[in-house]
Amino acid sequence: MSNMIASLYNIRLLDELAEKTTIIHNLHPLVKVLTTCLYLIITVSFNKYELSGLLPLFFYPVIVMALADIPVVPLLKRMIVVSPFIIGIGLFNPLFDHDPVVILPWMQISGGWISFFSILTKGVLTILAALLLIATTGMTRIAAALGMMRIPKVFILQLILTYRYISVLIEEVGRTVRAYSLRSRGEKGIRFSDWGSLTGQLLIRTLERAQRVYYSMCCRGFTGEYNAGSEKRIRTGDILYFAGWSLYFVVVRYFNIPATIGSLITGVGR
Amino acid sequence: MHMADALISPVVGGAMWAATAGVAAYSAKKVQNDLDEQKIPLMGVMGAFVFAAQMINFTIPGTGSSGHLGGGMLLAILLGPYAGFLVMASILVIQALFFADGGLLALGCNIFNLGFYTCFIAYPLIYKWITRKGYSTGRIFTGAMLSAIIGLQLGAFSVVLETLFSGKSELPFGTFVMLMQPIHLAIGVVEGLVTAAIVGFVWKARPEIIEKAASGKALGRVSIKKVLAGLAVVAVITGGILSWFASAYPDGLEWSMAKTSGKEELEASGGIHQILAAVQEKIAFLPDYSFKVQEQETSAGDAEPEEAWPAVDAGTSVSGLVGGAMTLLLAGIVGFCINRVKKRNKAGAV
Repeated sequence: MSNMIASLYNIRLLDELAEKTTIIHNLHPLVKVLTTCLYLIITVSFNKYELSGLLPLFFYPVIVMALADIPVVPLLKRMIVVSPFIIGIGLFNPLFDHDPVVILPWMQISGGWISFFSILTKGVLTILAALLLIATTGMTRIAAALGMMRIPKVFILQLILTYRYISVLIEEVGRTVRAYSLRSRGEKGIRFSDWGSLTGQLLIRTLERAQRVYYSMCCRGFTGEYNAGSEKRIRTGDILYFAGWSLYFVVVRYFNIPATIGSLITGVGR
Repeated sequence: MHMADALISPVVGGAMWAATAGVAAYSAKKVQNDLDEQKIPLMGVMGAFVFAAQMINFTIPGTGSSGHLGGGMLLAILLGPYAGFLVMASILVIQALFFADGGLLALGCNIFNLGFYTCFIAYPLIYKWITRKGYSTGRIFTGAMLSAIIGLQLGAFSVVLETLFSGKSELPFGTFVMLMQPIHLAIGVVEGLVTAAIVGFVWKARPEIIEKAASGKALGRVSIKKVLAGLAVVAVITGGILSWFASAYPDGLEWSMAKTSGKEELEASGGIHQILAAVQEKIAFLPDYSFKVQEQETSAGDAEPEEAWPAVDAGTSVSGLVGGAMTLLLAGIVGFCINRVKKRNKAGAV
């Protein structure tokens, strides 16, 4: 039950954040989708032992988060929930890769740890980018962007419908499970004997609901099209936003900025 | 089993996106041709149902632990393969966007792993074959059970291959397979039992739902010949793209081989202590300018992404550490300043 409440809360929070009207929110959704994609590709394309070169990529989430007024804590919480998988797979790297790497003149660690931290950093960056996309754009506008990318209408339509009905169905499933657990003391979940009947009844109810949804859509003139209103045109600002970040990402990919700064500092400092 | 962006390479992510987009486009076309618009709300609401049902805890008898439903097989059985695949894809899109559960770049992998094998392999080849002579509780149970297990096994194996080709994880193939397959056998058994229980119940309560779905009347039937042909095409394309890239860039397997040989060289040349001593000596005695020159050389070499780490010198590492810390600090300061300026502007506006 608690996980259902948590995910409902999460969806609503991101929906609310997407309603803001900051400079980032007002950008064209297609531009944000493309920028995010490029960012992800660049982030993931780094060599597995690359760590310092990745760090300038933190500027993107930090700046977007600040400009879009997105609170850090909920995103970090989400990250902590998903990171065990990344950590779980990544932790095998130090186990299998013992090549020594010199970190400081008096200190060395195995290459596995470097690649582990590289995976971890990439994990943080990619998760932040995905969450920031939805938190600054919202599902409907992302769907509009997908439409502009010529994704089939059937897919977009049922994606939006799935998204719309998730909160309704989570509430319904939640109520049913709560009622069940109140009547079955000491049980942690659904008993084996009730697996089919509880979920099956929910399923039948869902199918009937789909029928009603369809009728009510028909009453409102549904003809197989989803009209979300026309999306704004792409403006110069949008193009500049995309071009600016693209340039930055490419520079970061080909020049190790931290190493350059570091060599300047260590060189001058000595 | 949702793969994260951090564990895949752009080549694998891109190849799987291409494969998934191909299957999705074909499915969308089939659905558009075969379905009346009535089924679009059905697909949407079913997607939401599976999303919610994934959160139900099913107590596994005799173990005290609980399992969950994945839903790929259930969707294929109730909606047919094409609509089932699209609905599974949209569930995964929402999970990736709102819950960061599986990355956006890895979305192609995840949709393929969880949707393709269930809807286009396990469903037509196993479930449909077992229930070809009509429905009975036994056949539904066997069909759902076997197809769920095999669908998940294929998906899990696919995860192993994708991770391997990406070359980010050091997990050896054998270890990873031994890790993934048995876990997903257990998960598959639970998935199969839950799917069988639900389909069995619905078949008893409302047989027409299951029969109508199976006959492919409104939801599209899948022809096995086409599935096999499509699978062959996907395999050839994916294999072709992957092998082409694998040879163009010494990534993944080849790369780790190169690395192993690099290590041997390193050990042969007298161990790390000597290198370390030499490096210390260098740092202690070289004047500033040559240290800088050395830095510039190595950072120029960094443009070559496959530069092996083990052969690195401490100069790069030190400057990487210092510069990295500076970069992060700077990023933090920029974020902080933007926030301050915005707050001040807001206060000014009030």
